[in-house]
Amino acid sequence: MTATVEAARATTGNAVRPVRFHQVGKAFGTGKKSVVALEGVDLAVETGEFVCLLGASGCGKTTLLNLVAGLDQPTTGRIELGSSRPAVVFQEAALMPWLTAAGNVELPLRLAGVPKAQRRAKAAELLELVRLGGLGDKRPHELSGGMRQRVALARALASTTDNTGSGAGKPSLLLMDEPFSALDAITRDVLQGELLRIWQATGTAILFVTHDVREAVRLGRRVVLLSSRPGRVVREWEVAGLAGAAEAAAVEEINAELRKVISSHAAA
Amino acid sequence: MPPLDLKDGSVEAGLDALDTPVNAPEGNLLRRIAARALPPIGAIVLGIVIWQVLWAAAFWPEFKLPAPIAVWNLIWELISTGKIFELFWTSVHRAVIGFAISLLIAVPLGLAIANIQVVRRGIGPLVSGLQSLPSVAWVPAAILWFGLNDSAIYWVVLLGAVPSIANGLVSGLDQVPPILPRVGKALGAGRIGGIRHILLPAALPGFLGGLKQGWAFSWRSLMAAELIATSPDLGEGLGQYLHNGMSLSDISMVFAGILLIFVVGVGIELLVFRPLENSVLKARGLTASAR
Repeated sequence: MTATVEAARATTGNAVRPVRFHQVGKAFGTGKKSVVALEGVDLAVETGEFVCLLGASGCGKTTLLNLVAGLDQPTTGRIELGSSRPAVVFQEAALMPWLTAAGNVELPLRLAGVPKAQRRAKAAELLELVRLGGLGDKRPHELSGGMRQRVALARALASTTDNTGSGAGKPSLLLMDEPFSALDAITRDVLQGELLRIWQATGTAILFVTHDVREAVRLGRRVVLLSSRPGRVVREWEVAGLAGAAEAAAVEEINAELRKVISSHAAA
Repeated sequence: MPPLDLKDGSVEAGLDALDTPVNAPEGNLLRRIAARALPPIGAIVLGIVIWQVLWAAAFWPEFKLPAPIAVWNLIWELISTGKIFELFWTSVHRAVIGFAISLLIAVPLGLAIANIQVVRRGIGPLVSGLQSLPSVAWVPAAILWFGLNDSAIYWVVLLGAVPSIANGLVSGLDQVPPILPRVGKALGAGRIGGIRHILLPAALPGFLGGLKQGWAFSWRSLMAAELIATSPDLGEGLGQYLHNGMSLSDISMVFAGILLIFVVGVGIELLVFRPLENSVLKARGLTASAR
């Protein structure tokens, strides 16, 4: 397990990392009433790596993603962003209800000023990638929850694979904030498989937030456990290529650690 | 990691087919139109019948309640002489111009109230308050300021329509789910791009409601202004026609005037705003047409 990590690290060497945290802290409010959401977080995501951030509620997972996405600013420390603008997939698909599926995928390209013909082609290609080719004319309300989340994924990919502007040549980064937690079990299972396929097809780095250990182990190459209030990195596991008994053991071990983190709050 | 049994995507395709919302078939077009049109037509016919009966019973003298046929003859005369187009043109073009100017003022005003905290606190309540002030109250002031001319009429129309349109836009913007601007920002929308591509389209249903109300307000303000501010220089609109009916003590003419004002107000709402609203709501899956 450790050997493969070393190998992977060695090949990337000192190349640009999509994102790197340097002792990042985030507090909401000031003075006595302030709530510390994150404290001293050190974390790096390698190019093309799939990292799962795991933690119970209140561990600042979402805050962390918001910091990377630029929707919020850290209070202390800094975030080094080597990627093109990070793409975000939220828990809800949050598609624009007045646009068709294709229109939604085109939106980030439109905001970036990509010409119409190019936009069309890119949107069609991305919808094909999430297996929604031919459904580009549908409105969000005509699609199921899983299909909507796939459109949201295609839209996020459209915003990250824009190689025309300042993002040219930089590694891409996809941020996902519990994107499948609102879906039913079968759809979730299928979409997890789809996400792995798309990750392999696009080679983008993914930072995936979840509270589901099984999901984290299945999807991630690396699982990072955060503690709650304040969020700190507790431990990391390499889970790439685990299957069968080894996978079950990893889930068991991470689960135990997560329970330990949670029960430590009962004492306090 | 479980095996990727998704290479062909058949499970997914099956899920998509099962999960896609199905719409009930809409049925025969003729039937739908009949179901929609018959009740109001029935109501109108019933109203005319009651009117005819009341007139025939002679509860009130003729100069208070005219015969339906007398009113119809008057309207028909207006139509056959072409005078009706002059009346419509004078009033409707004023209402449309007034409405257009209101739009130009109300949209920036609404955007400012919705987006700038100081402006909202400062003039937000004022604009809401103006909405409940009947704009006819401005007629005397407008006549004293501008004299008996079109400017006075437009002033009254503006004060009627601007607050409704601005308020509609503000409430439309306030009801935009906060996740949408956040998504917009994550997708790379700047301030202007965010307003143009996210906020305004998201606020459109509320804004359309405001437009509809703004039209109703500008039409009634216009009629009030035309009724009070009558002068030969102003040309004859529907309000003046109604006023003339009063001056001549001609109750048939008064009824015809009221009917025509009603028809134009409802007609524009049905021909312009209703289809606009329906198409916007339908595109977003908020079908009002199903009601």
